[in-house]
Amino acid sequence: MSFITRRDFLKTGAMAVAYTGIPLFFRANPLAAFATPPENGAGLSDYYDHFGVDENIIGEVIGAALEKGGDYCDLYFQHRLYNSIALEDNAVNRAHTTVDYGVGIRVIKNDRTGFSFTEELTPKSMKLAARTAANIADGPAAPSRPDFSYHSHSDYYPIETPWEEIKIDKKIPYLQQLNEKMRSLDSRVIKTRLNFSDQSCYILQVNSDGRVVFDYRPLSLMRVSCNVEQKGVVEQNSEASGGRVGIDYYSPERLDRLARETVDRAILLFDAVKPEPGEMEVILSAGSSGILLHEAIGHPLEADFNRKNTSIFADKMNQPVAEKFVSIVDDGTQPHFRGAINVDDEGNDTEKTYLVTDGILTSYMHDHISAKHYGVAPTGSGRRESFRFAPQPRMRSTYMLPGPHKREEIIGSVKKGIMAESFTNGEVHIGPGDFTFYVKIGYLIEDGKVTRPVKDINLIGNGPEVLSKVVMVGDDLEYTRGGWTCGKGGQSVPVSMGLPTVKVASITVGGSNS
Amino acid sequence: MTDKNRLELARWVVTRAQKSGADQAAVGLTNRRDIEVEFRERQLDTLKESTKNSLSLDIYAANRYSSHSTNDLRRDALERFIEEAVAMTRYLGEDAYRKLPDPKYYEGQKDIDLNLFDESYHRMTPERRVGIARELEEAALDQSSDIVTCSAGYDDILAESVRVHSNGFEGRRETSRFWVGVSISLRDDAGGRPQDLSSASVRFVGDIPDTGKLAAGAYERVSRKIGPSKLASGIYDMIIENRAAGRLISHLYYPMRGSYIQQKNSFLAGRIGDRIGSDKLTIIDDPFIPRALGSRLYDGEGIAARKRVMVDRGVLKEYFIDSYYGRKLGLEPTSGSSSNLTFDPGTRSLAELIDSMTRGILVTGFIGGNSNSATGDFSVGVAGLYVENGQVVQPISEMNISGNHNEFWHNLVEMGDDEYVYSSWRRPSMYFRDIQFSGI
Repeated sequence: MSFITRRDFLKTGAMAVAYTGIPLFFRANPLAAFATPPENGAGLSDYYDHFGVDENIIGEVIGAALEKGGDYCDLYFQHRLYNSIALEDNAVNRAHTTVDYGVGIRVIKNDRTGFSFTEELTPKSMKLAARTAANIADGPAAPSRPDFSYHSHSDYYPIETPWEEIKIDKKIPYLQQLNEKMRSLDSRVIKTRLNFSDQSCYILQVNSDGRVVFDYRPLSLMRVSCNVEQKGVVEQNSEASGGRVGIDYYSPERLDRLARETVDRAILLFDAVKPEPGEMEVILSAGSSGILLHEAIGHPLEADFNRKNTSIFADKMNQPVAEKFVSIVDDGTQPHFRGAINVDDEGNDTEKTYLVTDGILTSYMHDHISAKHYGVAPTGSGRRESFRFAPQPRMRSTYMLPGPHKREEIIGSVKKGIMAESFTNGEVHIGPGDFTFYVKIGYLIEDGKVTRPVKDINLIGNGPEVLSKVVMVGDDLEYTRGGWTCGKGGQSVPVSMGLPTVKVASITVGGSNS
Repeated sequence: MTDKNRLELARWVVTRAQKSGADQAAVGLTNRRDIEVEFRERQLDTLKESTKNSLSLDIYAANRYSSHSTNDLRRDALERFIEEAVAMTRYLGEDAYRKLPDPKYYEGQKDIDLNLFDESYHRMTPERRVGIARELEEAALDQSSDIVTCSAGYDDILAESVRVHSNGFEGRRETSRFWVGVSISLRDDAGGRPQDLSSASVRFVGDIPDTGKLAAGAYERVSRKIGPSKLASGIYDMIIENRAAGRLISHLYYPMRGSYIQQKNSFLAGRIGDRIGSDKLTIIDDPFIPRALGSRLYDGEGIAARKRVMVDRGVLKEYFIDSYYGRKLGLEPTSGSSSNLTFDPGTRSLAELIDSMTRGILVTGFIGGNSNSATGDFSVGVAGLYVENGQVVQPISEMNISGNHNEFWHNLVEMGDDEYVYSSWRRPSMYFRDIQFSGI
């Protein structure tokens, strides 16, 4: 139970749950061909059929939901098929499948929410759930039988072959070959653990305005981990790569790079030291350093925190928060990114939302309730972990636009500091605005030069302060393809991040005096 | 679905799996009803109620293993689910270590009532749930007029589960849980909105603390957070408040698990019998505490629960070994997971510990951070209060503690008397000497 804690965390995916299997169907899937939703609504009955419903039933459920005078309601049908296979001790000897299916029904009255879900998609069960959610309101019914119409949208993640059609025996060789590669790279590799996961979600959304939306969402990840040993010392490193991709994403070149990066970074850790503790200049390497944005500014700009006045940015809209060359975006439109969504989980189109434009705070990320509260258009940021949850404002892919500096000059400008390169997790307390992220691997910078590697240090700072101390922004924007998952209010969603090489004038580094 | 029906269904799935070709099978079936209420700005803000079903199936076929879960419990869907689960298992590599636990480990299960279910759950009404949350929010708002935002919540959960194994294990369990919490945000003129939370998680409605005390506690916690600053980096004494200490315990817990040890990912491998901390560090896994949040008669594999001393006055005694990694390591299984963890509490309260602190930091919460299970290195963000001569001087923020768990626990000088009962890890507040803090 964590809905009113303000801690929001980000991490590189769950522990190696590590199993996978052949996908399962409730019924033959007629939608394999509909990777892109039909524009003119043709095939709508196929979407309804997938969940065993029709417009009559949906209309009745909506009626039940609004029986007590709610202003609005939405139905979120989801069918999720998840698989993973894993290799440990040189054998692909474990697999897991999950099948999940149900509908979440939300009723809104002013800015208050009633919510219930059911896993039995019978009219009786759905109406019971609807009436439960309806209790958030307490007035006469506002009956309305909406005219349903399909809302078509862009498709940012079409894939060749749905994962449900790829059998387990096709996936196993990927792990075996990747494992062989990793072991061949260095004799100090003593253990490897690989996990290959994929997921297909079918989502049907219908709301009391009559909007009908359908989306098919693939999500996949290859996670690799190795332990290396040298003179009795053991070190460990993990990396991952994936997104809303099909199996063709995992090309030999990409997997080769993944193997090398994992092993090379693990070996580097043998030479790594701890920096001194205290405030210092910090360079964030381009790419997954975007975690800085996610924690320092992303969560604090989710509109529910601001509407409820709990975020440190609640009174800073339209004010300067950073240098003029700093612009920060939250974007759902990047093709095949883990954080991409065609439509959000309230049926609104995705977009590229400018959070900070030329140093000025220009937008929050909104869900339906906060968009109404602030009188602005929705930003396509209302997301849910699954049909079991009501949506909240969430991030998608959060990154900073390229700036005017060059990576070499940025490094050269640091007298004494560290350069952070890879991360495992972060967390923020949005009230005080304090955030942290954990640097797995980085480097000392001394007199403008990269010297020794450093490892296992937590960086902590205050969001608004750190943002105002971003003093150099490189032109080399990169994104992370790793398996980042964001947690908030007990719900997890997949996200992406990006950053150019950036210099922060000062952050507190958790080091040790040796 | 009644308990009897659940048991019948679980047995049916096990039989079906064997008919489809599994040598062994294990089924878990859980039904969970969850009702949540939140109050904000003196009105009902959120109301959620739902029931969740889940069925888990472990297949052991021809020396191969896979696991599966579904929430569609209709027979025809389950038939297909089971068949496909068994079929796909045959593609996997063999693993001779994978089998259900030997039935001898199911034996000796205690026949006692752990008091995990409060009958009064069935008498709980929607009005009473709303009433508790409303009362809690009002009590918080009554604390002061300078509260910027406040929200209070109530949540209750009924969970019923059965477990059936093809080699003879059957178990059933019914638990209730009640959660209340109140969160208060203030305005700090320096710009932030300090926030804190008081909450309680209990199995019996009657054990919910007084709403007035909870509200006062939350207000006191948040008001002392106003005007934090960062101190100079250096060595300080440290008290970790009981509710925060779980994060550091987890840095010991994971490396004590069989999978970490077998995968060479644990700094505690090969150290049974070694001293890993001061003699104030005792960790006991105790499944039999009535009403406690981690209590159980059997673990996730059906292994009969036993009370064990995991760390005895600083000396590592046991690991958390499940049956699979036990076979791989050549070790007898204990249990792959903790039930309740208790510590050897001291005699002084948190207030007395603070009183005795000459110069140090009371850590009231951690932010982020992580540890390296292979080496024991850790670094975590902290929030708390700076104490001098037993008095709180000011709140602190933007600081970290860093170190290595091989050394860290030797600096533990005292445990408080205040075990935290709202978690299955019932840790007291802890006093450490000479800890590295990073700040300015």
